[in-house]
Amino acid sequence: MQDQPSAIDLIGAVSEFIRNHAMPQLKGHTAFHALVAANALDIVKRELEVGPAANGEELARLKSLLGKDGTLDALNRELCARIESGDMTLDTPGLRDHLWATTLTKLAIDQPKYSGYRRALEEKA
Amino acid sequence: MPEAANPIAAPLEEVARKHIPGATGIEALKRLSGGASQEIWSFDAATPSGAVPLILRRAPGGFRDTGRSGTAVPLETEARLIRLAEEVGVPVPPVRHVLTEEDGLGQGFIMDRVPGETLARKILRDEEFAEARPKLARQCGEILAKLHTVEKSKLPPLRTATSRDEVEQYFTTYKQLDYPHPVFELAFRWLRDNAPQTPELTLVHGDFRNGNLMIGPDGVRAVLDWEIAHIGDPMADLSWICINPWRFGNIDMPVGGFGTREDLFAGYEAAGGFKVDPARVKFWEVLGTLKWGVMCMGMASAFLQGDRSVERATIGRRASETEVDLMRLLAPLTGKE
Repeated sequence: MQDQPSAIDLIGAVSEFIRNHAMPQLKGHTAFHALVAANALDIVKRELEVGPAANGEELARLKSLLGKDGTLDALNRELCARIESGDMTLDTPGLRDHLWATTLTKLAIDQPKYSGYRRALEEKA
Repeated sequence: MPEAANPIAAPLEEVARKHIPGATGIEALKRLSGGASQEIWSFDAATPSGAVPLILRRAPGGFRDTGRSGTAVPLETEARLIRLAEEVGVPVPPVRHVLTEEDGLGQGFIMDRVPGETLARKILRDEEFAEARPKLARQCGEILAKLHTVEKSKLPPLRTATSRDEVEQYFTTYKQLDYPHPVFELAFRWLRDNAPQTPELTLVHGDFRNGNLMIGPDGVRAVLDWEIAHIGDPMADLSWICINPWRFGNIDMPVGGFGTREDLFAGYEAAGGFKVDPARVKFWEVLGTLKWGVMCMGMASAFLQGDRSVERATIGRRASETEVDLMRLLAPLTGKE
């Protein structure tokens, strides 16, 4: 067990520092890239918060859908092959729900403000 | 001064004197942006009646590396297309001069610098454009209708890309990037199963969207960046401007975040465009969304191969945005659209 503050708290502090203190002192392209850097740290922070549990759930769904064991990477590749061949379609029980769950988790980490994600959450409710 | 230090300043001044009526020299030369396939320079030609605002569009270092950007047309072709589009009434920056070997500036051309704004966030939010916004979708339709009437016999050599060609091209790129995206597989499968016959093939701009439209308070002033023009399905141009990334958050304004499909299509048909086929438009919207997704994957791949740009890295993480858009198009949660 590591000491406090946690990785999540450290990243949050650095992101705030860039946004609130460093960026206002910067100009032009450098200011823009500082914002991009802060956004990248926010992705990392959300991935640390949400990723471990979400990856576990994704793996469980993949095992059940494909009826076999494997890593996230291997099972995702297998799923891709089965969709490409037409072996699995949106009518395959569980596939639609799996793809939606996985996609919404990715957006929750990558871009929770994205308009398409927010609209999908409304449509799901 | 910067002009003197810049190696293109002297040859460009010479070109301006020869080809811009009344020009005695050049002023305010500055590089606007750059990429793998183009350099854009802004400058003024000084004349007795005042400064003439101009743009030099030139291959990087003077020569376009066609190996790196396989779908980009030569700059001479771009200039020719702009002139042909102008003849049929498409608003474009008039081309003043196409560079020749004796100009010593490589490949490129000089065109008018049309005043206005290309940044979507300003166009969609600033008061200055409030009156223009409701008119833009219809104008875009009218412009595309004209663009699609350019006579094919007049066109310079261009690649032809049918719906199937485009799907296979992006599928190959996706496979080369070698990272599993089950939602992209679903989209490719759907596109293969639903590829429409293309009854008419026309000149297609190929990148008609926010960013490539010079807009003023009066509306669209010029269609820019003809670099990936080709022969294809005219419906592709009507769809590309409607994909969600170009709406910049205004999700209920499908045309570039400023207008409705109804206005776009009405303007298109009224100005002599083809009958709009909603199924074909949807096909191209799915393909357009997927194209942007594959481009995001390409950014991630470039980053991993050693381009340490944080911006590029984060664009890689935007592939998931196109996945949610594709899921809403292909597996909607509510049954609408």
